[in-house]
Amino acid sequence: MSSADTILSARNLFKRYGRVVAMNGADFDLLRGEVLAVIGDNGAGKSTLIKTLSGATVPDSGEILLDGQPVHFTNPQSARSAGIETVYQDLALSPSLSIAENIFMGRELRRPGLLGSVFRILDQAKMNERARKELSDLGLLTIQNIMQPVETLSGGQRQGVAVARAVTFGSKVVILDEPTAALGVKESQKVIDLIKDVRARGISIILISHNMPHVFEVADRIHIHRLGQRLCVIDPTQVGMSDAVALMTGAKQPPNEKT
Amino acid sequence: MTSHDSTPAGTAISTKTADRENAPLADLTTFGRGRQTLLDRFQNLVHAQPAAIPLLVLILAIAAFGLLLGGKFFSAFALTLILQQVMIVGIVAVAQTLVILTAGIDLSVGAIMVFSSVVMGHCTFRYGIPAEVAVVIGLATGALCGAVSGMLVSLVRLPPFIVTLGMWQVVLASNYLYSSNETIRSQDLAEHAPLLQFFGESFRIGGAVFTNGVIAMVLLAAFIHFVLNNTAWGRHLYAVGDDPVAAQLAGINTRGVLISVYTVAGLICAFAGWALIGRLGSVSPTAGQFTNIESITAVVIGGTSLFGGRGSVLGSVFGALIVGVFSLGLRMLGTDPQWTYLMIGALIIIAVGIDQWARRMVG
Repeated sequence: MSSADTILSARNLFKRYGRVVAMNGADFDLLRGEVLAVIGDNGAGKSTLIKTLSGATVPDSGEILLDGQPVHFTNPQSARSAGIETVYQDLALSPSLSIAENIFMGRELRRPGLLGSVFRILDQAKMNERARKELSDLGLLTIQNIMQPVETLSGGQRQGVAVARAVTFGSKVVILDEPTAALGVKESQKVIDLIKDVRARGISIILISHNMPHVFEVADRIHIHRLGQRLCVIDPTQVGMSDAVALMTGAKQPPNEKT
Repeated sequence: MTSHDSTPAGTAISTKTADRENAPLADLTTFGRGRQTLLDRFQNLVHAQPAAIPLLVLILAIAAFGLLLGGKFFSAFALTLILQQVMIVGIVAVAQTLVILTAGIDLSVGAIMVFSSVVMGHCTFRYGIPAEVAVVIGLATGALCGAVSGMLVSLVRLPPFIVTLGMWQVVLASNYLYSSNETIRSQDLAEHAPLLQFFGESFRIGGAVFTNGVIAMVLLAAFIHFVLNNTAWGRHLYAVGDDPVAAQLAGINTRGVLISVYTVAGLICAFAGWALIGRLGSVSPTAGQFTNIESITAVVIGGTSLFGGRGSVLGSVFGALIVGVFSLGLRMLGTDPQWTYLMIGALIIIAVGIDQWARRMVG
């Protein structure tokens, strides 16, 4: 694949925790504008891979390329400022703060002029307006109160706020960690639709999920992780769900030629 | 404690979830809330305006004592007397609120206040430093004490209760050692360093008597309220108290926020120390023995949650005023002062009960 189409890639990542080898020469490629699902059995090292890409873990060796440029993330903030946003499984929202405040948490907008620069006063009107726009662009908001505390929202709505926060700041890559794990059927479907909406904006998405129907519904390609490295990447239109699970668990060997 | 995580487990939640399942899909996908009962609205009010209930209680208490006591209580003089009486606790409660909003607690507020006032007095009289400079040194002392607590809490990761319990003893002992338990007399202050008594100066508007300290308390509370709601620092303070892990993942420097909060709280306590000199007239190392407990009482009655992330400094000032209204009102009624403590105790428990209820049922 040509590097122009690849937004984020990793080569030969290693990470050891004592005797445990969490990443054993792992490779990774995310294409521009795709939804790449990452699946793997528990202990396959996929969360270490994802943490490495989101800056939460620093690999022992190996390289990460973002837009063809080598990057070295030392913490989630450095990954975020490079354009990689992560929506954590527990969402990392502040429950008693409002929707708008959560979306702008840590990246608040200040008033123009002296009020903002010297007195550091926030521009709440602008933040509320942008939060409202962002949510309605994502099809998440009709009329309601942007000042509503997040804890009054349902699980799916919170997921929506977390995703909105991830896409509001011009990110290139959004990592979604088990976005449907805690949700009911209807709300899960809504989140799947939301992922499609985000993809339609040209943002590349890494989706970590154990839910095979969800993965097969939304993913363009599926990265199967096994024993600390990429086993293969499959096309969900060509390979069935049971084969994917068989590959993941080692019951089946991948075809020699990677798709 | 991760009290936030455990909240969705109540039975009330499960019935609400059931309602959601039956709702049309549109309700799930939008931020619409559907029908709200009166109780829901009340809960939202408790949520959105934590100072609303204490304000209501304050107004009702003033009205009740006004009806019982008539003009004796319901006069500009008596009402402004309450302001003067709660001024010190009100200022310290503002500091205490900042710490409690981060899910911490500061038991050393009273000790820092007294120590700072002693430093101001002794710098002036023992070393002959100009009063203006002595005040600055006193304020810096308070801020430093707070910064030490803040660093122990955030960098060494010790529990705030233990850190400030220790600081309370350390600062109080330093206070006695440094001052040799000597009081600086009011006449000496008035003669040589009237600036130290500045917050005790009063002026009249009709029957109302205001001291500079009362004005300072109101301005301070208004200022801190504004800062909490209109600066990133203020919002981060709430976020850190709400869920420190989430705040950190959102890119907030949680350690920096914690250190700054304890430092600012120490600074405000030192300021209260300055106001204390005005209130007492003298500099006394034995003053303010109960200020830490009184400030926590004001904060809790004022609707701020001990679990962090929820509350307001205005509520704490209202809380201090509620205590002041009950104290003066019951004294004027000629009841045994123990009734005051009994009422305050009941109010504390009710206030915490309401907070817990709001946490459990919303969401």
